[in-house]
Amino acid sequence: MMSDLLTPLLLPLMVATPLIAALVSILVGSKRLRVGISLLFAILQVLIALGLVLFLSTYQSAIRYELGGWGAPLGIDLTVDGLSALMLMLSSVLVLVLSLYSSQYFSHQDSVRFWPLWWLLIAGLNAVFLAADAFNIFVALEIMGLSAVALVSLGGSRAALMSALRYALVGLLGSLLYLLGVALLYRAYGTLDLLMLSTVADHNPLTWVSLSLISLGLLLKTALLPLHFWLPAAHSSAPAPVSAVLSALVVKASFYLLMRFWFDVLSPATNEIGMTALGVLGAVAIIWGCVAALRAQRLKLLIAYSTVAQIGYLFLLFPLATASGSSMINAGTIAAVVYFILAHALAKAAMFLAAGDIQSYYGHDNINKLKGLVLTLPMAVATFAIAGVSLIGLPPSGGFIAKWLLLESAISSGKWWWAVIMLMGGLLAALYIGKVLSIAFNQDIDRPTVHRPAQNRSAFYGFTLAILAVFCGFNTEWVLNLLEVQFERPLMTSGGVQ
Amino acid sequence: MFRKLILSESLSSQNEMTLLTRCALALVISILTIGLSAALILSPKAEPVLAIEALDKLALSGVENPVTAVLLNFRSYDTLLEIAVLLIVAVTMSTPSNKQMNQSAADTSRWLSVNDAQFVHPILTALLRWLIPLGILLSGYLLWTGAYLPGGAFQAGAVLTGVGVALAVAGRHHFTWHLFIARFVLTVGLIAFVAMAAGNALATGIVLQYPIEHAGLIILLVELAATISIAAILLMLFTQITALPNTSERLKP
Amino acid sequence: MTHDLLFSITGVVLIGIGLFGSVASTHIIKKLIAINIMGLGIFMIFLSTARHGMITDPIPHAVVLTGIVVAIAGTSLCLWLALKIHLLGEDTTEEVNANDV
Repeated sequence: MMSDLLTPLLLPLMVATPLIAALVSILVGSKRLRVGISLLFAILQVLIALGLVLFLSTYQSAIRYELGGWGAPLGIDLTVDGLSALMLMLSSVLVLVLSLYSSQYFSHQDSVRFWPLWWLLIAGLNAVFLAADAFNIFVALEIMGLSAVALVSLGGSRAALMSALRYALVGLLGSLLYLLGVALLYRAYGTLDLLMLSTVADHNPLTWVSLSLISLGLLLKTALLPLHFWLPAAHSSAPAPVSAVLSALVVKASFYLLMRFWFDVLSPATNEIGMTALGVLGAVAIIWGCVAALRAQRLKLLIAYSTVAQIGYLFLLFPLATASGSSMINAGTIAAVVYFILAHALAKAAMFLAAGDIQSYYGHDNINKLKGLVLTLPMAVATFAIAGVSLIGLPPSGGFIAKWLLLESAISSGKWWWAVIMLMGGLLAALYIGKVLSIAFNQDIDRPTVHRPAQNRSAFYGFTLAILAVFCGFNTEWVLNLLEVQFERPLMTSGGVQ
Repeated sequence: MFRKLILSESLSSQNEMTLLTRCALALVISILTIGLSAALILSPKAEPVLAIEALDKLALSGVENPVTAVLLNFRSYDTLLEIAVLLIVAVTMSTPSNKQMNQSAADTSRWLSVNDAQFVHPILTALLRWLIPLGILLSGYLLWTGAYLPGGAFQAGAVLTGVGVALAVAGRHHFTWHLFIARFVLTVGLIAFVAMAAGNALATGIVLQYPIEHAGLIILLVELAATISIAAILLMLFTQITALPNTSERLKP
Repeated sequence: MTHDLLFSITGVVLIGIGLFGSVASTHIIKKLIAINIMGLGIFMIFLSTARHGMITDPIPHAVVLTGIVVAIAGTSLCLWLALKIHLLGEDTTEEVNANDV
């Protein structure tokens, strides 16, 4: 069938679409045209991702595309499996909604730089999710990292520039540590292809050293406590749609790579101690992030600290993925974490958009001066509350399903103590969400210092994302089936060494 | 570590870390260094299977220089993304209009404008008359020779940047970066790369796969475009930074 | 073999120096220089893998060339940001602490 022959072309198209969008938005002069074209490309990207997801769920096989026709290890391949298809789908849907939001958010002056950088960031994200080559991942990470830094700096204030610079320095250091790990792997195994590496990688000191270096580099980028210090400032001082994409997707991309390296590419070099250590750091991050969020005075900072905590949950994957004394990877845990990524990405993006609306209406985002918010910006409060339901993990939201699945695997793998942390995290999240809501519903009303008309349309986009975050809780079966169907293959079968 | 960042002109800055922490850090890093060296000494190098394959397929790549073959053919996707990385920096530094940034009364409706009022030393002018054509020629040679010997788009682009920098520091010429033509020059490398990927997909059915008989020519064209973009981007980085208002004034109270 | 080893161990030493500098120094420019030194060390290790007797592996060369360009991009972005901060003037040693809520 013709369409089957053309399906693999969707992989390079997924990288080409944002790149072409970036080029066009650099060349085009008027803001209107730039926005229109960007929205067009965002829709196109959703369609391509949808095509990939549909293909994968119908034929239940991963796709590999050999760029240049050489094939790995000489050439560079692109691959898509269940996990990456879901990530691509998530990212393109989020990008569409955030692009719609951004079309009104940025002035003409800022839009000149915003749209090209935005599309370059997305090209980097897509390239990371499709990458099948260790060095290619480095370049893709740099595209993602540098454009994220540039987007954070768009605000132009001293705080924004400073946090962007810190983000850039940390990002560079992280990339270099990753590159060192890759150099050692190339020296030992003579290949950069992930699939080949996963078949030849052995349990020896060098592999262990390179896994540590790669992990350290990626942990810096994922901002796992204690390497999170750059995140709150960077995520809270960026423009709202940028904060949303940073929290929702950019930190997840490096986490996605960590998953790849630990459970697939270099799995022979992993050990129980490392897995547990990552889990412990994750647990500390949950508690610490929640406490810091409770103490935060600024709304965007609160949301950013909540990201630190939510990243902690993701790292519970490592201790829970393997049952004690067995090397079999529990697919249920991976499904739980992927669900977590989905639910958190949607909820967190929604929250940042709501915070952006609040900030542009009031001229500040000081939580204590937002009394009576529900009367001035009811949509933003609704968005915040609904997204909060998912972050806390109340049924029927996506966050609830994710936590439920994670609890289930904690119990089934006989490591119930992790469940205590999760429940505590949920409780603390309820406290900081509740704190904001109680101020928003306060009888006294704080008037904004600079009065600007509230944009109903922009409030709608955040609300949509919040609803989606809850909605993905109603769709559990479909999402889980999709996940489970696709997980077995790439991680177990084609990995070859499990 | 990264919490406190300072940016003062005096380098004798206060250290955030105490001597003890610094010593501890030095100790930890020394141990890591020794461990890494040990890992390198103890583990054997892999067999050069990939190198042999690359050299075997060299004849199919359209160029004779193996490094160029890897950069522009075997791993051309990396090079494509690399140019996108450079573009990020260029976009970040571009300002909608840089009128407020440069004090000189240059014509901003042209990409490269000449300020006739500016006095230029005759010897400098005479030197530039030689240097600039020579630089362009050298850049072209480096680009051409990349197919056979070490050289290629990046080297050629760097030399071409040198030409631009010489022109800019001489004082009479001025670059304006927000114009369409400038934006086109900045992006032409990536445009050529993406167009090549798409064109090759139409010709051979596979993205980034060259039709063998034309591979050499297409590589040269893509490299030419990449050279122009790389030179433009690097030159822009230079001129945008030097166009910022003089910083030494700001430091005095 | 010994030559490559010497080359890669020099790289390791450079990485150590760079790592120390990038963590220990607080000055942005010093940090940036340290990170670049570290990058150089990594490139040296990568390059040292290229020699195999009569055969020279072109892949490390190409990869390092790409790495250099990426490093230039990252460095210039940092320098640009540092300059912008510097131009904002006032307190150039101001401490911006992520945890100052």
